[in-house]
Amino acid sequence: MKVSAIITLKKDVLDPQGKVIHQALDGMGFENISEVRQGKYFEIDVNEDDPSKAKAVVEDMCKKLLANLVIENFKIIETQ
Amino acid sequence: MKSSVITFPGSNCDRDMDVALKKFGFNNKMVWHDDNELPKSDLVVLPGGFSYGDYLRCGSMASKSKIMQSVINFAKSGGLVMGICNGFQILVETGLVPGVLLRNKYLEFICKNVFVKLDNKENTYFKNLNKDVLEFHIAHNEGNYFCTKDQLKEIKDNNQIAIYYCNSEGKIEDQYNPNGSIKNIAGIFNKEKNVLGMMPHPERMIDQSLSGEDGSIFFKNLINNIK
Amino acid sequence: MEVNEQIAIDHGLKSDEYKKICQLLKRIPNITELGIFSAMWNEHCSYKSSRLHLKKLPTKGKKVIQGPGENAGVIDIEDGDAIVFKIESHNHPSFIEPYQGAATGVGGIMRDVFTMGARPIANLNSIHFGSPQHKKTKNLLRGVVHGIGGYGNCMGVPTIAGQTSFDSSYNGNILVNAMTLGLVKKNKIFYSKAAGLNKPVIYVGSKTGRDGIHGASMASASFDEKIEEKKPTVQVGDPFTEKLLLEACLELMSGDSIIAIQDMGAAGLTSSSIEMASKGNLGIEIDLNKVPCRETKMTPYEIMLSESQERMLIVLENGKEEIAKKIFDKWNLDFAVIGKTTNSKNIELFFNREQVAKIPVNILVENSPMYDRKWKKSKLPKKNKIKNEVLNKLKIKDVLKKVLSNQNICSKEWIWQQYDHTVMGDTIQKPGGDSGVVRIHGTNKAVAASVDSSAVYCWAHPLTGGKQVVAESWRNLISVGATPIAITNCLNFGSPEKEESMGEFVECVQGIGEASKYLNFPVVSGNVSFYNQTKEVGIKPTPSIGGVGLIKDYAKMISMDLKEIDNLVLIIGKTEGHIDQSLFARTILDEKNGPPPEVNLFNEKNNGETILNLIDKGYVKSAHDISLGGLLVAISKMCIKGNKGIKISKSKNLINEIEYFFAEDQGRYLIEVNKDDLKEVTKILNKNSVHHEELGIITQNDMIINEKTKVTIDELKSYYTNWLLKFMS
Repeated sequence: MKVSAIITLKKDVLDPQGKVIHQALDGMGFENISEVRQGKYFEIDVNEDDPSKAKAVVEDMCKKLLANLVIENFKIIETQ
Repeated sequence: MKSSVITFPGSNCDRDMDVALKKFGFNNKMVWHDDNELPKSDLVVLPGGFSYGDYLRCGSMASKSKIMQSVINFAKSGGLVMGICNGFQILVETGLVPGVLLRNKYLEFICKNVFVKLDNKENTYFKNLNKDVLEFHIAHNEGNYFCTKDQLKEIKDNNQIAIYYCNSEGKIEDQYNPNGSIKNIAGIFNKEKNVLGMMPHPERMIDQSLSGEDGSIFFKNLINNIK
Repeated sequence: MEVNEQIAIDHGLKSDEYKKICQLLKRIPNITELGIFSAMWNEHCSYKSSRLHLKKLPTKGKKVIQGPGENAGVIDIEDGDAIVFKIESHNHPSFIEPYQGAATGVGGIMRDVFTMGARPIANLNSIHFGSPQHKKTKNLLRGVVHGIGGYGNCMGVPTIAGQTSFDSSYNGNILVNAMTLGLVKKNKIFYSKAAGLNKPVIYVGSKTGRDGIHGASMASASFDEKIEEKKPTVQVGDPFTEKLLLEACLELMSGDSIIAIQDMGAAGLTSSSIEMASKGNLGIEIDLNKVPCRETKMTPYEIMLSESQERMLIVLENGKEEIAKKIFDKWNLDFAVIGKTTNSKNIELFFNREQVAKIPVNILVENSPMYDRKWKKSKLPKKNKIKNEVLNKLKIKDVLKKVLSNQNICSKEWIWQQYDHTVMGDTIQKPGGDSGVVRIHGTNKAVAASVDSSAVYCWAHPLTGGKQVVAESWRNLISVGATPIAITNCLNFGSPEKEESMGEFVECVQGIGEASKYLNFPVVSGNVSFYNQTKEVGIKPTPSIGGVGLIKDYAKMISMDLKEIDNLVLIIGKTEGHIDQSLFARTILDEKNGPPPEVNLFNEKNNGETILNLIDKGYVKSAHDISLGGLLVAISKMCIKGNKGIKISKSKNLINEIEYFFAEDQGRYLIEVNKDDLKEVTKILNKNSVHHEELGIITQNDMIINEKTKVTIDELKSYYTNWLLKFMS
């Protein structure tokens, strides 16, 4: 079963990448932007048929490795 | 001979390149990334560094900066454009040379001397060089050259591979590949061979007190070829 | 929110400190004011436990332009050039978030240096981790190395030297000390002293977010089980913005707009504004609504205590605002006039047109607490008697293998290869030598820098340990042919509230002071990091010393690689056979007690100066100081680097062979000389009463010891290089 997770920086944590991408987009003429935040996206194929179990495994992965909980949040967005 | 070095906000090898070009006789000008006009030049250099912090993808935002349109036009009209390290990454992002530069295989920044084998001397950069193997210096996190099978065939057919990582005897083997580049590729040309992108820094090898002197050989030869 | 004693205590203030605040203010502070007091009066900013003792350090000298008290120290390197340098700790943040903690440590120290108008030309670091067996060590090491590289590499400043050690006392509290050297013209140095009334106070750099609120307080609190709660205070670094800030500041500094400049480091806007006002004996008024903020609804308390990185505070000359703004716009950085200097001698903060804080500046600075903490004197431990039978059972080759591959001796190439050490094109001695050396661009001069610490010696006897670290720094500079000029120190210790830890601090500082005074090697900058402990266990006392020296003609620089076959290697300084506290004793004999080797300052000075004289005359072909691991380790490294062998002739020394080769007696060096020069060299050494003896003769390959032990160069290399690679793979 495939599980997807998104890792984003916590709200108050500085996102240098997002900031510079924002400036570059501005410079290219995309003026209607108030903020850009960059994150990571994972697709993990888990050998597990029960969606809630698969989700739990990925959640555990996020907590232990994929996300740095000091500065990042994670969200399981999809299972299929 | 006139040269121009483009300074992006996060360039940090621009001065080193300026020093090297002047040492070997170029009349060099520094050009700010936000300028529109490129001064009259025989050679344009995109130096190493972290042009825009190297966020998103290395070189991606620099490739969209104002001066780059002039650089692209200059290259398309046959002008010599050389991209070193981050400059190579920028060239790749503009599409002037094919392929991409991924993160190093072992996910670590590498700073050390390497040997490179010249593959093609039918161009202004390497013509008349009496050596086939040069000792250069690398310092990068994203120098792992990659391209598709079709692209690889095309660049091989067109003799676009400029240099390979090798050992001091010129052997091109996996163990001498510092970053996982496909086929040990360290630098490539565009089809017309007037644009060269490479990861190694010849400008850090111009003095016996530094890492070595093979950079001097490269620059001396280059200015003679342009004259 | 009504402030009371409990809230003050939650801010890390002591009960009587809170009482003193109320007394000085003649009222109860509001929450913003309390936050300001807690930041200014914590250990990190006020040096309240250390000030009394730091005063005793020698800080003056002919070459000293600026001693401690500014953003960094400044020394004269002639021809109108000066070097600005300092070392600083970022221990606690690096343990919580190794990448960002180490990265912002490097960013912070570089800001300290370019705040004074100097372009950074070299970085160094001293990093200490727990036992390799400890489950966190590997990840912490990887994170810290990536963080240091990530920041320094992007800034385009070479990392030229460093030190890494492993010891179980750092299991729960690693150390990350970062040092930067910058180059400036003597007449273009910038200071933090504000001057003049109604001068605009400007804010430049990144926007202010909620990063690291109470980071400075965190640095002064020891780790306990509640550490998780402290996580959100870690700051995130943005080296790209710092690179822009560096270029923008240097551009503005080339003109005459700046009166005073101060970077916003620990305790951010609070400490920077108060320091500038205090030094200028002025008041300062700030409108907090004008501070560029990244988050919405930030309170005055948060704005004042934020530790967002890459920010500067500048007092400008009147009418220069437009010029300055243009420069910061060009570099895409925030710029805001946020206040002005006043004659009130108060710090006055306004928010939404209301005054939210008003504190006399002198209360915050001069009246900050200073403690004469209780401390325990340590005794010199008794010497161990090691039986000859024990030593005679050991085979030299086995011991050499174990010692050379020990984690605290082995090659750290895996680490420094991840640091750009050649950018700027002036690095003429890379990491892995005794000191890193960079040329002063466009001249024949070069500066050498090294960073050292010897926690084991300091732990065994702090006074001797303190002296030893300074002496080692001195030797490392001499070994590359540099004349030592001055040092910076980063004093990493446990809790000052514990008599043992405080005693270690006091006596290490005393030792540092004695050595630096005798060697005329003054302390020009530094920082103190207390509370390096987890629960009740403190780290081994770890003062890191960063030394800087000058090479007037870089063609005369010396490196440690053996140069020529048939040349001789001489041992300078006497080998007495001091084994206690040596790496040999700790790893082979498992003996952890006993005194560290004695430091004879007369010999250190005399031996060092004589070697400089020999170098100047061109007699020294390669040199290396003998330190951790002893004689055989030192010569092994010279063989490995030079890819040459050595035939070591039987020592006529009376002491046991093992003691001879692995003792860690101080004041010693190895130098390579040509046979033809031997007579003249010996004459000079004798004339200066420098003890010396011949170690052996350089050969093509293989190290042969007393005709019976053979170690090939490849074996030496594999002992030396494999450990760290294996550990990290």
